[in-house]
Amino acid sequence: MLFKILYKDDFRTLIETAMKSVEVVAPKKVGSNARGKPIHHYLPVTSFEEIDLSYETTEYSAKTYFIPYLENLANYRFGDEDWEKEIQYRFEPRMILGLHACDISGLLRLDKVLIHDKFPSPYYIARRKNTLIVGIDHEPCEGGFCHALGTNVVSHGFDLFLTDLGDRYFTAIDSDRGYILLNKVLTHDVKEKDTKDYLDARRRISDAYTTHVNVHNLPNLLDIEFESDVWKKWGAKCLSCGSCAQVCPTCYCYGVSERVSMDWASGAKVKQLYSCNLVDFAQVAGGHNFRPEATTRLKYRYYHQHRGFVEIYDEPKCVGCNRCGRTCLAGINPPDIIGELQAEVRK
Amino acid sequence: MKYLGIAPARPKIGVFDFTGCEGCELQLANKEETLGPFLDAIDIVNFREVTTAQGDDYDIALIDGCISRGDEIERLKKIRQNAKVLVAVGSCASFGGVNRMKNVLDLAEANTEVYGKEFKETLYTRSIKEAVKVDLEIPGCPVSKAEVERIVQHLVWNVAFQFPNYPVCLECKQRFSTCRMEMGELCLGSITRGGCNAPCPAGGLGCWGCRGPAPAPNYKEFLALAERKGMDMQLLAERLNFFGGFEGVLK
Ligand code: SF4
Ligand code: SF4
Ligand code: SF4
Ligand code: SF4
Ligand code: SF4
Repeated sequence: MLFKILYKDDFRTLIETAMKSVEVVAPKKVGSNARGKPIHHYLPVTSFEEIDLSYETTEYSAKTYFIPYLENLANYRFGDEDWEKEIQYRFEPRMILGLHACDISGLLRLDKVLIHDKFPSPYYIARRKNTLIVGIDHEPCEGGFCHALGTNVVSHGFDLFLTDLGDRYFTAIDSDRGYILLNKVLTHDVKEKDTKDYLDARRRISDAYTTHVNVHNLPNLLDIEFESDVWKKWGAKCLSCGSCAQVCPTCYCYGVSERVSMDWASGAKVKQLYSCNLVDFAQVAGGHNFRPEATTRLKYRYYHQHRGFVEIYDEPKCVGCNRCGRTCLAGINPPDIIGELQAEVRK
Repeated sequence: MKYLGIAPARPKIGVFDFTGCEGCELQLANKEETLGPFLDAIDIVNFREVTTAQGDDYDIALIDGCISRGDEIERLKKIRQNAKVLVAVGSCASFGGVNRMKNVLDLAEANTEVYGKEFKETLYTRSIKEAVKVDLEIPGCPVSKAEVERIVQHLVWNVAFQFPNYPVCLECKQRFSTCRMEMGELCLGSITRGGCNAPCPAGGLGCWGCRGPAPAPNYKEFLALAERKGMDMQLLAERLNFFGGFEGVLK
């Protein structure tokens, strides 16, 4: 990895220069919740002032800039006897600024499924390739347990990654285009003091975690606790609303439907992201539902996150952002569920 | 115009109004950008808001409004006999709608309150399925024209239409709304049937449940979490009773 020192004035110039040629998406405050905490979203910005890099977390993850909630996979035009199909893989380049390590880890999980596995998604690949990622280090967020999953640090999956050292950023460069971009402004070589400040900053972050989740042996534990009352307790609360999977940075399940225009002249194949907690997720042709109970569906959501995915991709799908826990009206959250399953074995 | 090489059938449709505000019928005549093709795709033989024709020769009857008078039942039964398919359009037709609020009051008292000296004989509010067999219900106050268009397309193709099986929350999240409950405001979205594209939370107002219950709603947890979050339980009761779709949820 190549490191450089970037002073904050130069960083601002860098972002303002980028804004002239590409869409820049960054954390932006959109309001406050009932407890007075600020709510942030990743949104397109047109001035540096709109950006709030001190944000704690966002209500929604940035995944929808790669796998949108709704996407036209193909458009059709119908003639009287024939029809034409059009597929669009070309996307405008974009910069996403201010992603935290967990969200970059989330993209690396999506890469495994949507780029490197048997059925690569050209739509995802096109967006991923055309998106420049500038990540940033931050204080732990409320309820986040990325440190337990090792997703609180990233060494790849981005173009630039910043650590705040007060007046300057310790900048990791992980791509040619990140290097080229950085060359547009003044940077400095890393001195001994910079390295020391960087390691201190990292240590401060690492010491600041307050949510502790024991993920030791979790895939096997999940198998052993398949019939646990923990599932019944939390499953009874689940509203089957699907909000958890919508805000999750790594959930990619979807459904496809066809839409036809009212004059019958055109149509579209529309992909819509879905959730395994929704009532008909496991309903098949003919009407049989393999998971009619909310308890079963909730359990399988956790099984995919922490067991099934591990078997295929060698690491959990969950990156510990706790967005699902924060968004859930019923208060269903991974730290509590995993904690209770661990306590179950000790009983 | 053919569709996939086949000229689509133009089903004969009659639209009939019962007790309600006629807003759903207005919706049918709404969405100007596709109104022409919509009216081309069907053959309207009876619909007082768009035509003077008053035929009885229809395959599909769209019923707007609920039942609140004895003579309405007789009229509805005749329509049922004429129609091959009878569709309840809107929340009034599907479960009584706002009119259902009257059902918890004394009938004579309610009548006097509304009509004063001009007393009119009325019944307790009934949905259409409480009077005749209904083949399809389209909830919503008013109905979403986009959804009606899709349903009409399915009627033309003679393919069963599948309503979304998720609650309002899914589409709410999918348009990046900030959750009203997170802001400390009441929202019935998690127990209400989706498909409306969650316009109310997006506009800054919690869902009022106009589309009635989602499939398998978890009322027990919803009521418990509303209390935990310090929601006004009186307001919650009023919301649940507002459109008539959640009758009996609060004992
Ligand atoms: S776990 Fe929570 S957010 Fe997820 S479906 Fe259940 S109630 Fe909704
Ligand atoms: S499962 Fe929850 S904590 Fe894990 S990555 Fe998804 S939203 Fe974050
Ligand atoms: S199965 Fe569930 S947990 Fe897994 S990706 Fe799909 S929605 Fe997410
Ligand atoms: S605002 Fe209402 S509909 Fe939207 S996510 Fe929150 S509870 Fe669900
Ligand atoms: S959000 Fe709720 S009240 Fe608003 S249209 Fe949808 S179902 Fe009706």
